[in-house]
Amino acid sequence: MTTIDERIPSTLPVTARTPWWSNLRRMVAPLLFMSPASLLVLVFFFTPVLILFGISLTNLSSSTGFRNWEWVGLENYRRIFVHPQSVDVFRNTVKYVLFTLALFNVGLAMVLALLTTHIPRRTGFFFRSLWLLPRITPSVVYIMMWKYMAADAPYGILNQHLFGPLGVEPTNWLPAQAWAFVILTNGFVGASFGMIIFTSAIESIPRDYMIAALVDGCNLLQRIRYVILPMLRWPLLFVTTYQTLSLLTSFEYILLLTEGQFNTEVWSLWAYQRALNNYWGNFQWGFGAALAMILVGVGLLMAVVYMRYFQFNQLVQEPKIEAL
Amino acid sequence: MDEHLGTGSRWRVAIPLALLTGISLPIAVGYIWIGVSTFSQRTFGLVPVDSQGNVGGLTLDNWSFLWEDPKIWQVTLNTFILAVGLTLGVVLISALAGYALSRISFPGRRPFLATTLILHAFPSVTLLIAIYFVLRWLAQLPLVGRDLPLIGGIGYNTLGGVILVSVGLELPLGIWLMKGFFDNISWDIERAALIDGCSRFRVWWQILMPLIKPGVAALSIFSFISGWNSFLIPYTFITTMEKSTLAAYLRSLLSDTAPVNYSTVAAVGLFQLIPVLLFFFFTQEYLLNIFSGGTKGGT
Repeated sequence: MTTIDERIPSTLPVTARTPWWSNLRRMVAPLLFMSPASLLVLVFFFTPVLILFGISLTNLSSSTGFRNWEWVGLENYRRIFVHPQSVDVFRNTVKYVLFTLALFNVGLAMVLALLTTHIPRRTGFFFRSLWLLPRITPSVVYIMMWKYMAADAPYGILNQHLFGPLGVEPTNWLPAQAWAFVILTNGFVGASFGMIIFTSAIESIPRDYMIAALVDGCNLLQRIRYVILPMLRWPLLFVTTYQTLSLLTSFEYILLLTEGQFNTEVWSLWAYQRALNNYWGNFQWGFGAALAMILVGVGLLMAVVYMRYFQFNQLVQEPKIEAL
Repeated sequence: MDEHLGTGSRWRVAIPLALLTGISLPIAVGYIWIGVSTFSQRTFGLVPVDSQGNVGGLTLDNWSFLWEDPKIWQVTLNTFILAVGLTLGVVLISALAGYALSRISFPGRRPFLATTLILHAFPSVTLLIAIYFVLRWLAQLPLVGRDLPLIGGIGYNTLGGVILVSVGLELPLGIWLMKGFFDNISWDIERAALIDGCSRFRVWWQILMPLIKPGVAALSIFSFISGWNSFLIPYTFITTMEKSTLAAYLRSLLSDTAPVNYSTVAAVGLFQLIPVLLFFFFTQEYLLNIFSGGTKGGT
């Protein structure tokens, strides 16, 4: 009962009636509620960051085993710097993030949001749901569909139904145009995130603005340019930063599509393959950890900056029950 | 938005509609192919053909893996356990934490919220290399590390380990969503219950949880689907096919050294896809809500 009494400060002088163990009891409830989550966050976020940093300073690999490794300081980072593949992989990563982001995750997302809000509501909802499908389809199944689209004649869908009738020489388009498929597969998944955010932002624009623009004789394109886009500045910034970070570190679809062949290796995939997954069974945990650590650094930095930008303090109001 | 205004309004709908249909075509084509392919001997593009290449050749043979491959049901069961385990874990743990973060004032609350938000944006796939070592360590724990029934244990190369990692990595999203659901509930009932001497735990379980059922449902559906679909974590941390999941099984079929028979593989793919599609048709609105709350992973 004492815990309850504390919450009615206006009527009772609380401190005088609070035994010492009551404070302790007040701490027990939140502790119990928070402990499972705290434990997991500790084990799967904090510890891994420390471990990753630790390993990146060693030469741990499957050839040294778990016994005979040594501390090598910043040697792995130096090796990344002088590695002949680094420049290519870096360039690929920039290319992958930039094109997918501009063309799909922001570009097409905006187009989809604008189009689906300018047709009857139910039809718009139908199309938005359709675009959600790639995201919830198992990645292996989704990539299988794209592989079949690209497959050589007579099987591939592109060759059979599009390029064949146009008279283009059939080939397996995946190796031929690997980058196009990397960007398409990721983009078709990525577009739905921005689409949903932009749609709700467009729908919350006050109707008066639209009507005023209509009265002034704006056509559709002018309304988009002068009314809708300026009001979407924050959602745009949000989607851009958020998706930059997730594209920078995502490699699942590329792994399934090309495994980094045809010069489509990106940074995160490189780290993963070096440390955990390659044909030769030679796992270079130290080197891979150093590669991943660079991404962790970039990720942490961006996450912190963007939390500041998006006004954390407004999101975290104090609980009202203590302020009764 | 304004299709009833002015002349030429029919075009104002028709043009966006045509554009949308055009850019959505690849999605539709992919699903049509998978549907057609599973019931054909082969397909040329979207057209089912028989072994001579003539149109036709419809068959149910591709589905024979359901009774011929003994691994499939084990793998399906594993996938189901993973999906259910992930759902239970994420929903319960983030409901507990979400409640405390939303309703109780305690030291460390703001730092924890800030951490959650940062981790929500933070790309967890970068930590897989280190998590490999965490799991190897967990595997050495007595009793729980290995040899648990059903999930195998909580360490490396066990289903339980994969569940644990997946729950951990999805928690920031879950906690953040749950806190939001609790924030939207009025304080009055809870206050009355607390004044009547109800414990925090009972308030949480008996009063607030029933009130946020739609939110719980949305997060559950989302978690179930992401567990059912998940590829990267089971593929990385489980090395034995018998302990692995549908996605990894499908991947092993696709990367066989022999030329891939797309029709049989497509049948396995559709088999994995069916539950997802069912969820999708009946619960799109829930899912759209979760995704607008901000998701992570993938792209």
